[in-house]
Amino acid sequence: MGLFVAQLLTGLANAATLFLVASGLSLIFGVTRIVNFAHGSFYMLGAFIGYSLMQVLPGMFGFWVSVLLAGLAVGVIGVIVEILVLRPVYKAPELFQLVATFGVILVIQDLALLTWGADDVLGPRAPGLKGIVRVLGEPVPKYDLALIAITPFILFGLWYLIAKTRLGILVRAATQDREMVGALGVNQAWLFTGVFFLGATLAGLGGAIQLPKGGADLLMDFNILAAIFVVVVIGGMGSLPGAYVAAALISILNVFGVTYLPQSTLVLMFVVMAVVLMIKPYGLFGREEVAGEHGQVGEPERPIKPAGIAVRLLVAFGIFLLALLPWFGSDFAQVLTADVIIFCLFAASLHFILGLGGLVSFGHAAFFGGGAYVAALLVSYLQTPMEVAFLLAPIGAGFAAFIIGWLCMRLTGVYFAMLTLAFAQLIWSLVYQWGEFTGGDDGLVDIWPAAWLNGTTPYYYFTLFFGIGGILILRHVAHSPFGYALRASRDSARQAEATGINTKRIQWAAFTFAGALAGLSGALFVFSKGSVFPTELEIGRSFDALIVIFLGGVKTLSGAVVGGASLEYAKDFLTRFEYWRLTLGLIIIFVVIVAPEGISGTMRKMAERVGIIRGREGDS
Amino acid sequence: MKIQKIIASALTVAAIGVTSITANAADTIKIGEINHYKRMAAFAGPYKNGIELALGQINDAGGVLGKPLEFIYRDDQGKPGEAIKIAGELMTRDNTVMLTGTILSHVGLAISSYAAEKKYLYLASEPLADSLVWAKGNDYTFRLRASTYMQAAMLAEEAAKTDAKTYATIAPNYAYGKDAVAAFKDALLKLKPEVTFVTEQWPALFKIDAGAEAQAIERAKPDAIYNVTFGGDLAKFVREGTTRGLFDGRNVYGLLTGEPEYLEPLKDEAPEGWIVTGYPWYDLTDKSNKEFVDAYQAEFNEGPKIGSLVGYMTAQSIAAALEKAGSTDTDALVAAFKGLAVDTPVGQIMFREQDHQSTMGAFVGKTALKDGAGVMVDWVYKDGADYLPSDEEVMKLRPASQ
Repeated sequence: MGLFVAQLLTGLANAATLFLVASGLSLIFGVTRIVNFAHGSFYMLGAFIGYSLMQVLPGMFGFWVSVLLAGLAVGVIGVIVEILVLRPVYKAPELFQLVATFGVILVIQDLALLTWGADDVLGPRAPGLKGIVRVLGEPVPKYDLALIAITPFILFGLWYLIAKTRLGILVRAATQDREMVGALGVNQAWLFTGVFFLGATLAGLGGAIQLPKGGADLLMDFNILAAIFVVVVIGGMGSLPGAYVAAALISILNVFGVTYLPQSTLVLMFVVMAVVLMIKPYGLFGREEVAGEHGQVGEPERPIKPAGIAVRLLVAFGIFLLALLPWFGSDFAQVLTADVIIFCLFAASLHFILGLGGLVSFGHAAFFGGGAYVAALLVSYLQTPMEVAFLLAPIGAGFAAFIIGWLCMRLTGVYFAMLTLAFAQLIWSLVYQWGEFTGGDDGLVDIWPAAWLNGTTPYYYFTLFFGIGGILILRHVAHSPFGYALRASRDSARQAEATGINTKRIQWAAFTFAGALAGLSGALFVFSKGSVFPTELEIGRSFDALIVIFLGGVKTLSGAVVGGASLEYAKDFLTRFEYWRLTLGLIIIFVVIVAPEGISGTMRKMAERVGIIRGREGDS
Repeated sequence: MKIQKIIASALTVAAIGVTSITANAADTIKIGEINHYKRMAAFAGPYKNGIELALGQINDAGGVLGKPLEFIYRDDQGKPGEAIKIAGELMTRDNTVMLTGTILSHVGLAISSYAAEKKYLYLASEPLADSLVWAKGNDYTFRLRASTYMQAAMLAEEAAKTDAKTYATIAPNYAYGKDAVAAFKDALLKLKPEVTFVTEQWPALFKIDAGAEAQAIERAKPDAIYNVTFGGDLAKFVREGTTRGLFDGRNVYGLLTGEPEYLEPLKDEAPEGWIVTGYPWYDLTDKSNKEFVDAYQAEFNEGPKIGSLVGYMTAQSIAAALEKAGSTDTDALVAAFKGLAVDTPVGQIMFREQDHQSTMGAFVGKTALKDGAGVMVDWVYKDGADYLPSDEEVMKLRPASQ
């Protein structure tokens, strides 16, 4: 009994930080519809700033003042980010802002490294709260009890702010229908800024308040990201009590998981999220997303049409140049270009469901890594010839997408995205945990292509054929009746249904098809690298693809390819420098601001303005 | 070749040290060093310093084979796929003679497999995975640092000397953690078959829920605890465990816990009385160790980390191999590395012929607090050669040598 109570208390104490950070994210998303990837960075900054302040401000008073000041300082940083980076891109397509926040992550990572150095710092203990209290005979740290006591006050304060004040009324109104709030004469820009300040402050507070239980390090921004998204989704987007309940639920389950099922630590919260979303598709306290919120920001998308003769010639010329690369380029140029083509195919396959289908998947890496693992497992265990393994990889990945698609299809919008993320994480943890079969994070090695392909140039042609072939097939399918039906399902599900299109089935088929092509790129990847590791299934891999799609232009067909090629070549060049993350982050932010329709979309516009019919699409 | 040259000259701004293939009479010998300079800056930084220190000394003494030795450092973002791309670039475009580097085991394994396929030489400096030289070992890969198995066996030897019968283990939930627990169990049960392991805790790497872990271990009431957590996880575990009295009256064994990288951030909260492997540079008095520590402190104004020592020994080993081979040819270098003896700060080490593992050992000692900082006391240096399995076992473990 004593242990049980002590475990409950540990869980509740852990929930404090999670709740603070997640409630900030939830508020920001609820009002501004921005999926703020940089929220983890705010949390990290809160920890580092809090740590620095605690070095100067002594005593119990100093400690708590430091926590508050750290929160406020991060709030101000949030405002700066909002005004400089996000305000210019509010009119951009939905979710476009996440690219900008990704740039912010990179910038903050390098700035934090410059400011605080590379070493982990151990947080100071809270003065006056260093010891333990015996609860039913079990030791419970005093600071844990303090956290448990503080959190409800913060929850109540936030609830009061949202439910009882005029600002709160505006925030809630904006969460429901921000255009109407704007039409009623509320200055939206400052409302958004205010909400961003509040959200960032909460993240900063979360970072500072966890210092006595841990410390600050440069990996904490990414480490908390998945957890807070899970909390927000389980609780229901925009719901503060939901965030609290979800944070407590996750933390307490985790404590018991640690005790009774120690291997569960990787996967538990994703299982919980998947279960909750399948029972309650909008989280525990969330409401159904208001129809019409999505896909209407920014200028309406123009209908796509098959490329004209000029563009076709241009693309043909580009492919011709690529085919000639082995004659004038070095070995490395071929390897690099093959990498880029593989990545572009992966991004293009996600673009197919995201751009044409309006299905935002945060877990597309499951199919890229899935394809790679299918091939690698076949080679490792069954000595399958490379050619056969290569062909089976997209089928395996497509099959995975078929199953996951079936499970996710009833959800929409961000909830759909989060459920795909949950399943991708499940696959990742399965591969990671099942070391005897998959090699765990030591991966599967020695997966090399067949003898006739085993050389830089033969494999380059192989990649060129299947990579460019895959991209062209995706493009072709976009113009087929299937592609039209898919777009109809995205733009107006009701009208599409009325014309006899089974929208869910169309989307499911598209999800499967995109998964298979991601699997194809995964197969190309594994044989070019000779090894595969769970990193290829990670969230980061999914986000890589997501980011280049928006960078390239989500509303253009060539967006993924243009964005993918630009980012990969830029990365290859920039990683040679010391502070490449800072530079890359600033470049991404710059591109986002000057080209809110993505590189491809903006180039098309410019080309139209100067009189050329189309931009240089497909030039990779 | 022309166009390649043009591209190359355009890229010299990027300081990648490009030379065209025709300029084979390059005036330096280049080594490709791939690491997670950003992702693991706290570890890669001191490592690079160690290399730089050794390079300075080697080149002041006239370099190797009459030429200066040069390292080209590249960041792989901690991604195996990137590391392989960079490895290819280093070997084909930058004309490096061999590859070295990485801390993360999976990146090391990826480069190792690539090296064997392309017949490039790879000296795995820091990755600890046992499979690097055993199950997945190959002709072209050598490893410098004492492996997980060796360090765990050293701790198991200490553990076997006590009366403790029941053990709890806590290790990050990934391959290194699993290897480390398996190796410790294996070694300890060989020495003391009556020992039982009452609980095994597997927190997610860098996401430990330390309070819950401490409670779970306390619940099992073990006589002793074997810890493999490190970095931020270790700090949280130590703090929660100390606060809750988890370590009182228990023997605790910590793999790598004594390394300055992990012990220093704990400051005055460093645990006392743990038996750990680590690097007590502040205490070293013998000539070769002291010389290295002094030189390092003079150069960088801080104490060396274990990474600094490994970096220094990496450069030393490569220089020694080049001298022994008498050329930069890969096959000659591979032959030279087999059985290569190198005089290092920790004494002479040898790269074993049978599994390509070096005999670099580790310092084993007890943690204590001194002037508000964690240190190792009563330490001894254990030679790695004594903690490797017998040649027959190695043969079984290493398919490549059969």
